[in-house]
Amino acid sequence: MREDLAPELAPQLAVELGLKPAEYDKVVEILGRTPTVTELYMYSLMWSEHCSYKHSRKALRMFPTEGEHVLQGPGENAGVIGVGDGWALAFKMESHNHPSAIEPYQGAATGVGGIIRDIFTMGARPIASLNSLRFGTLDKPRQRYLFEGAVAGIGGYGNCLGVPTVGGEVYFDEAYEGNCLINAMSLGLMREEKLTSAVASGPGNLVLLIGSTTGRDGIGGASTLASQEFDEKAEDKRPSVQVGDPFEEKLLIEACLELLEEGLLVGLGDLGAAGLTSSASEMASRGGVGLDIDVTKIPAREEAMKPFEFMVSESQERMLAVLVPENLEAAQAVCTKWGLRSTVIGTVTDTGRFVVREGDEIVADMPAATLAHDAPIYDPAMTRPAYLDEVQVFDPITGVDHPGCEYVLDDIVLALLASPNICSRRWIWQQYDHQVMLNTVVLPGGDAAVLRIGDTGRGEMTERGVAVSSDCNGRYCYLDPYVGAQIAFAEAARNVVCSGGTPAAITDCLNFGNPEKPEVFWTFYEAIRGLSDACRAFGVPVISGNVSFYNESFGSPIYPTPTVGMVGVMEDVSKHCTVAFKAEGDVVFLLGETENEIGGSEYLKLAHGVVSGKPPALDLELEQAVQATVLAAIDAGLLRSAHDCSEGGLAVTLAECCMAGDLGADIHLDDDLPAYASLFSETQSRIVVTTTPEDAEKLVEIALEREIPYSIIGTVGGARLDIANRASLTLEQLREAWEPALERALAGA
Amino acid sequence: MRFGVVIFPGSNCEQDVVHAAEVLGHEAGYIWHGDTDISGFDAIVLPGGFSYGDYIRCGAVARFSPVMAEVIRFAERGGPVIGICNGFQILAEAHLLPGALLRNRGLKFICTQTTLRVEENSCQWMDATPGTLLRIPINHNEGNYICDPETLERLQGNGQIVLRYCEADGSRAEGGSAPNGALDDIAGICNERGNVFGLMPHPERVVDPAVGITDGAVVFTSIARRLAEVV
Repeated sequence: MREDLAPELAPQLAVELGLKPAEYDKVVEILGRTPTVTELYMYSLMWSEHCSYKHSRKALRMFPTEGEHVLQGPGENAGVIGVGDGWALAFKMESHNHPSAIEPYQGAATGVGGIIRDIFTMGARPIASLNSLRFGTLDKPRQRYLFEGAVAGIGGYGNCLGVPTVGGEVYFDEAYEGNCLINAMSLGLMREEKLTSAVASGPGNLVLLIGSTTGRDGIGGASTLASQEFDEKAEDKRPSVQVGDPFEEKLLIEACLELLEEGLLVGLGDLGAAGLTSSASEMASRGGVGLDIDVTKIPAREEAMKPFEFMVSESQERMLAVLVPENLEAAQAVCTKWGLRSTVIGTVTDTGRFVVREGDEIVADMPAATLAHDAPIYDPAMTRPAYLDEVQVFDPITGVDHPGCEYVLDDIVLALLASPNICSRRWIWQQYDHQVMLNTVVLPGGDAAVLRIGDTGRGEMTERGVAVSSDCNGRYCYLDPYVGAQIAFAEAARNVVCSGGTPAAITDCLNFGNPEKPEVFWTFYEAIRGLSDACRAFGVPVISGNVSFYNESFGSPIYPTPTVGMVGVMEDVSKHCTVAFKAEGDVVFLLGETENEIGGSEYLKLAHGVVSGKPPALDLELEQAVQATVLAAIDAGLLRSAHDCSEGGLAVTLAECCMAGDLGADIHLDDDLPAYASLFSETQSRIVVTTTPEDAEKLVEIALEREIPYSIIGTVGGARLDIANRASLTLEQLREAWEPALERALAGA
Repeated sequence: MRFGVVIFPGSNCEQDVVHAAEVLGHEAGYIWHGDTDISGFDAIVLPGGFSYGDYIRCGAVARFSPVMAEVIRFAERGGPVIGICNGFQILAEAHLLPGALLRNRGLKFICTQTTLRVEENSCQWMDATPGTLLRIPINHNEGNYICDPETLERLQGNGQIVLRYCEADGSRAEGGSAPNGALDDIAGICNERGNVFGLMPHPERVVDPAVGITDGAVVFTSIARRLAEVV
């Protein structure tokens, strides 16, 4: 055993690596001696917030994680649900915020690479990606640089892999100026029997490292980047950002799926945060075994690398496989065919200990499970933030001067359509291959992405479909994290439902500030509570997810942003519904009812510069009834279009339906609200749908059965969106505002 | 008929071509780039993707794959070969087609629907009447076709410009209609003999009615009709 750390220096190194004094003491207690440098690095990484969830673990237990469709809940690289006929979907969302804030192209690209490895590790072929992005406002050059770089990175990586990027969302708000959010979601498809686990088992089995060489890139990414706030030294952390090689990843996908298809592996894990340390210790502790790894066997990218560098390097595009010795030759032949390096770096043992050696000399020796599972679990202090009283007491109805006359409202409609938070996202999705694999039924720009389930060009194609959406309005969560998180869930579900999907399960990416601050942790706890309650009410479990803390810069946290990735299933994908108005004379319904709720709205921010008030209320029962109405109507073939009301309110929803269908509408709103409220209120549980005149009656019956409020608000037709006594604009005016807005904002205009 | 679809390391549209061919009632099989036996196929497809990561230059490495010597021999004997997107780039690198594909004007990857005008139908892969408009998507970072003036003149004179980008109504905009900036709005060209066809748009993406329009089918049915005549 190498003793390379003097007992008096060890605590100091521990602090430098991010371990707290009590955590260091626990390491010493586990080992019964002073740790070596390698051991200290390994513990500090595995016990970082990013890897251990030490601040969030208890709160996350509130989530319901079981359901009839669930084949794999949280705890593996991704969750898996059954979608019928033996098909299964693996999916997960993950953050890559801090790397992207430093180097947006590579940060976002490797974020995509990481989440896709999580998917094919489960035995599933990645079939779709989504992303959820947050930046500061685009009037700042740095924000434009971050946004453009992140989009290019997501495209550059995903396009090369041949995995379509089919949807996502983006918001711009000052709250994200010092700390952008890059959340990447990926879905994979497999036959149920192919479900694979990242487990090491069978003493005597071999540990095979597949893919890229190991260098010094990304050392300490999980601890120095992901688990600390940003300050003026952020730029110095650039060397902690990894560089992606999507070509290598494409080869890894094909090789690993072939290895699994041929039944050559016992277990497969990917090397993500904390590199080899994390994947190896997690695989060992899942299998209740030990591992013996020799770092001199690891193909190195640089000279004179130290054992700890090998163990914690976050070099990308590497996979760890466990296999019986008899399969080694066949497995290496598959890797060689795909031009991939594969090297036996160790063996599975029955000791339960994770032993790392450099040739003959042991440099680390610890119980494997203590790395993965014995990180201290904290019960962080919570305090309701003081700012909440201030914002929630603000009455946005009386607190600002609202416009009354029609031509002013016209201008506000156009301004909302041109808001970077609402305008066309074409500039983004045109940079993503959103069609490869030929299963994209609804192109980007709708409420949810809709994909056909099928193994294109290799196996069976089906009539089944999947609808996916990711959502979160950070402003609502800032004003009330409990309600805001529920709205994130409800809106994601609403989007899926408007496309014809029945919500089946969610993944999440929980982006918050520093959990060691009681006010931040309170918002986290409330958001989890809200999300859990919504999941229970809908019977929709959380099957995977990710927590990203320390999203702060110069002491100021982002808006609480619990992004929800919702997956819905469809028996018959040909029944899917889109937002576009379809034909002259169709009847326009508003399901649900508008209240004067403009707290936290895009209107309040854009027209009055205010982010305050209470967010819209959410009645989970009503929400479910409205969604059930739409699903029943789609199933009965009654709906020509469906589009939910969200940011910007009813006016924006109607404008989007008109533009998508290249048809106007004649609308009469007989609510008793002031004009600004009926147009811009962001009341939840509202969906605009259309039917043929003949089918209108049948839709009314369904709405009455479900006891939801509804109104017939007009008819489709003409070349204007005319909302009587409130706003009247030509399709051309709408388009002129909505379509080029993002490009204009990026041009600094 | 039976299409042989080559898989280079980094290809990613091979499964789409196979699916499209099958939807149209044809057979299709994969050919690994390291293999040198391409017998048993009536036509060879070099699919889209990022062969060898498109590192160095798109198609520059793939042209040296063992299978390419056979593909070149097959083409020289008059066998039908099509290169779609990255496949077109490989055909240009292998000198089976003239010219080269530069980065898009605007320096951004573009995935979007385009309208194409059929200019010639002497190419074996395109028997639609000249003037026909096809809506076929593009999906590339390097689709900006370029060649020297003599080559352009030759392509024009020989009727080798098969497809041009155009506006929705079939007209060509004054500053060019190619979203990628391609010379003379060129979207697809063939060799003099008409058996080798390269195009940046992805016809295989618009074949299966279950996911949209079917304007791309004509590329596959043209060659099938042609081969049926020959036999």
